[in-house]
Amino acid sequence: MSKESEVLARQVRLHCLRMVYRGESGHIGSMLSAADILAVLYSGVLNVDPAAPEKADRDRLIYSKGHGGAALFATLAEKGFFPKEYLDTYYKDAGKLSGHISHHIDGVEFSTGSLGHGLPVACGMAMAAKQSKAGYRILCVVSDGDLNEGSSWEAIMLAGQHRYDNLTMIVDYNRLQALGASEDIIDLEKLDVKLENFGWSTLTVDGHDHAALEKAFAKLPLQDGKPTAIICRTVKGKGVSYAENDYRWHYGGITPELYERGKQDIENMEY
Amino acid sequence: MRKAFNKELLQIAAERNNVFMILADIGYGEIEPFAEAHPDRFINCGVAEQNMTGVACGVAMSGNTAITYSIANFPTLRCLEQIRNDVCYHNADVKIVIIGGGLAYGPLGISHHSTEDLAIMRALPNMVCLAPCDIPEAVAATRAMMEYHGPVYYRCGYKGEKDIHDRPVGKFEFGKAIEVKPGKDLTVFFTGTIGYNAKLAVQEAARRGIDCRLVSMPCIKPIDREAIIRAAAETGKIITVEEHQLSGGFGSAVAEVLADANVFCRFKRMGLPDVNVSKIGSQDYLRDQYGLGVDAIIYEIMEMSKK
Repeated sequence: MSKESEVLARQVRLHCLRMVYRGESGHIGSMLSAADILAVLYSGVLNVDPAAPEKADRDRLIYSKGHGGAALFATLAEKGFFPKEYLDTYYKDAGKLSGHISHHIDGVEFSTGSLGHGLPVACGMAMAAKQSKAGYRILCVVSDGDLNEGSSWEAIMLAGQHRYDNLTMIVDYNRLQALGASEDIIDLEKLDVKLENFGWSTLTVDGHDHAALEKAFAKLPLQDGKPTAIICRTVKGKGVSYAENDYRWHYGGITPELYERGKQDIENMEY
Repeated sequence: MRKAFNKELLQIAAERNNVFMILADIGYGEIEPFAEAHPDRFINCGVAEQNMTGVACGVAMSGNTAITYSIANFPTLRCLEQIRNDVCYHNADVKIVIIGGGLAYGPLGISHHSTEDLAIMRALPNMVCLAPCDIPEAVAATRAMMEYHGPVYYRCGYKGEKDIHDRPVGKFEFGKAIEVKPGKDLTVFFTGTIGYNAKLAVQEAARRGIDCRLVSMPCIKPIDREAIIRAAAETGKIITVEEHQLSGGFGSAVAEVLADANVFCRFKRMGLPDVNVSKIGSQDYLRDQYGLGVDAIIYEIMEMSKK
């Protein structure tokens, strides 16, 4: 029998495929890449409550890769933050859910869409939490593209300097970006070494292995006095055979035939 | 003016324990008292204005008021997208304070001039735009800004500004003009410290028999529509004066009010022409060189006053 988070991840993938298909939109690769990370975070890791989405002591999750926001919308709907029917309105006229993640919906902490915005805001929340001695944690999911932005590195330097150990950066590290392989555009390797040199503790895990993710998230911060980076090695398009590891699925649209094939792939996916 | 601002802010930070100052390595000689009094509410992000603005937004979204503070266009144009997407879209309680509005840092050159800021900041939803003209106005505006919840752009002067108001400013209200001098022949509206040149010009015009109304507009957004429409009706002639590009700034905002209200009057905007300020010199020198000297304002008043 599948674990709760694995059931959730499969549902999130199916929702994303359907939302992108019905919405005639893109970014399916980015959504599928992060589905397991989100499913594990929302299956007992984060202190959040769909009945009280703004409770004061909630953990703050900033989703900086806003283009893959449908994965977070789907996760939140599955967890009961808002009705699942909202997912049908994704990308539609008068819809409830926009193509990039928006705080106008319960459970979403912060709107993003232009890269490099999440980490600075997460740093500010970490500073404020330290100042008020609040115990909640701040987590920020970033992408490869996010880490091309100078503003992300401004925040990485600041968090290391001020030892924000209440801050965790989760890197959805699929090594593909809009126009190709990261190693051909801006190679971030060795990302763990870079971050450690900036004062962070790092752990690299398989971003689709739920047990490994759970274990990683269970011991935050990795080290007192340092911000944490969980580098999740992921596959862009994970779970849909034709989209896996192909940068063209950053933007690619889904035909009726591809929708059916994708559904089959996700339903047959093994953990 | 920056001293007056910092003094008032320090006072407010002593009264309220949720006021944070978020810097990008600018403020030498002014910000130290805040940093010493409230080290846990102060952070220098280094020379990193995008991060400064994002951090301020995160601090504000955690139940606080955050001030970003730097020279001229550093905390606005360098991080405009953070202001738009993070601060304004989330209606975060961030106050963006610039020191050296207009040409105040004259000889330092164009990198240190802030001459497009009003046009850009007032275009952002949720943003209030303030530009006090003298120290009493600056102090009152600081207090009003801190009592308000939401994004505010505060265009501060630099140093040595002379008082423009002869009377106490009183309570500062957003969207309210402050009359410096009544008059019936023509109205001069100004925003910011260039108002001193407008005041001298209006005094000279009075000696020449023209009775000008002189009105300070420290709040560009929201703007005092009623004061503008009343001036058009009562004096029939309006001149706007701003230390800012003519495109989209204060004069444009006044013109929009008149056009939208279908009100017609003689109208002239005075501001910087559509050129890069490349001449070198003090604020007063550059004002003279680029058409904002006292004589230039007198000339426009007299031209408009011809039958």
